[in-house]
Amino acid sequence: MLLEVQGLETAYGTSQVLFGLSLCVAEGEAVTLLGRNGMGKTTTVRSIMGLSRPRAGAITFRGRRIERERPDRIARAGIALVPEGRQIFPNLSVRENLVAFAENRSGRADPWTVEKVLEFFPRLAERAENMGNQLSGGEQQMLAIGRALVTNPYLLILDEATEGLAPLLREEIWKCLARLRAAGQTILVIDKYIERLVQLADRHTLIERGRVAWQGTSAELDADRNLWHRYLGV
Amino acid sequence: MKRSLPLLALALAFPLAMQALDQLFYVSFASRVLIYAIAATSLNLVLGYGGMISFGHAAFVGTGAYVGSILVAEGVTSAWIGWPAALAVSAALAAIIGAVSLRTRGVYFIMITLAFAQMMFYLVNSMKAYGGDEGLTLPQRAELGFGLDLGNEMVFYYVVLAILALTLYGLHRLIQSRFGRVVVAIRENEARVEAIGLPVYRYQLACFVIAGAVGGLAGALLASHGKYVNPNVLHWLQSGTLMIMVILGGVGHLWGGVIGAVALLSLEHLISDYPIPWLAQLAPNYQQHANLGVGIVLLAIVLFAPQGIAGLLGRRRRARA
Repeated sequence: MLLEVQGLETAYGTSQVLFGLSLCVAEGEAVTLLGRNGMGKTTTVRSIMGLSRPRAGAITFRGRRIERERPDRIARAGIALVPEGRQIFPNLSVRENLVAFAENRSGRADPWTVEKVLEFFPRLAERAENMGNQLSGGEQQMLAIGRALVTNPYLLILDEATEGLAPLLREEIWKCLARLRAAGQTILVIDKYIERLVQLADRHTLIERGRVAWQGTSAELDADRNLWHRYLGV
Repeated sequence: MKRSLPLLALALAFPLAMQALDQLFYVSFASRVLIYAIAATSLNLVLGYGGMISFGHAAFVGTGAYVGSILVAEGVTSAWIGWPAALAVSAALAAIIGAVSLRTRGVYFIMITLAFAQMMFYLVNSMKAYGGDEGLTLPQRAELGFGLDLGNEMVFYYVVLAILALTLYGLHRLIQSRFGRVVVAIRENEARVEAIGLPVYRYQLACFVIAGAVGGLAGALLASHGKYVNPNVLHWLQSGTLMIMVILGGVGHLWGGVIGAVALLSLEHLISDYPIPWLAQLAPNYQQHANLGVGIVLLAIVLFAPQGIAGLLGRRRRARA
């Protein structure tokens, strides 16, 4: 397994969010984390990235325990997060946003470079010299994905990958993710568009109040609309 | 950088014009302005680009001033030894202060940098062998060799101008580099940079040390310029003056430190040396309170041009285009 989360318990002060959550992601897989708002999806991701320290449980990445590691060390180990709200650097240009973080952390033979990312996202290439705060929401999301890709991660995590985007831009992001998936990039994605996630991912984890409510394949999730209704409100 | 060529030409011609007008005082005054421009530019790196509100930059300027002065007082008059030594000792001090201070954030960072600078102030105050609180008078300016007499105001001016030009070019290249981009990214969202996997502390410390080193060099030049140094060069008011220069000139603008130094020192000079008759009638001692005028200008800049004079000029240029 590339990533293995076992019995994760995370709290913000006295308010516990995760209660023994477990999930795993194998190399080359696309896995989703689904659930209604406030169920603990972002907290799970934050715990994996070291941004929220878990109270209990184990997180193993490429055979190494990381639940007590600092966020920068976890990222350097090869996990890249595209955070909710994009969080690009507004006063750096598109190119600078990429140049600042370009590094081959996974030692790929054919690594993602700034030029390769700009080739992958032609819209970004057109706006390479524009500042981050001059981009549309979709372009910012592409930049956030590109910024994660130039670190050449083993695992790419996307929190609310298409939230707040116009339908056309959302479609563009889904196509990009499908291409990344086809290229063998391991992905853990959080989003609400279950129809697209079923097409994109291999396996899914539904969480309810900080606990795993259901885990299964795309075919199983697609077949059981009761799950959609019960855990996702669809 | 190409746009700065006319400014460079002006700076090159200035002492020749002053010499022709027999106003060499203004060449010495301009040298002092340029030295402060170097110091303010170094502070701008941490304050403007790095977003670290250091209130102790005088510690590095002062340390550089004392290292350069002590070496001259001890007979080591070569600028090739004195100035690099000032730079190195200030860099080492910045590494120590930065290593502790950068573990804090916000108001604690401001207070801890201020506290370190005040500690250095009291330390040099107690150095009786080097003048204590009365300061240290130097027999001469540092020597550069190659037939360049730094005792000559014109030569000193051009040497300082060359160092300022190198400082600005270095800062420009640094900010354009990957290191500079990361430093700016840290200023904008430190947590995100850490989450992307870069060691924020190390980048900030490197930035702090570079700024401290350049500040130290400015200090050595300052002591050489006046052939005198006293503990006030390390006082927190000195840190405040440098900060005012950066704010006035433009926080995070390449030319911010230079514009701020020129504006502040010229304003002080104008207020104290050129009386305004109607104001003198109204308040006879107003020229002794030049800082009041500076305060009013600073207030206006903060309220109406928060990006400083450099930001204001940039806005006008964009509007014209």
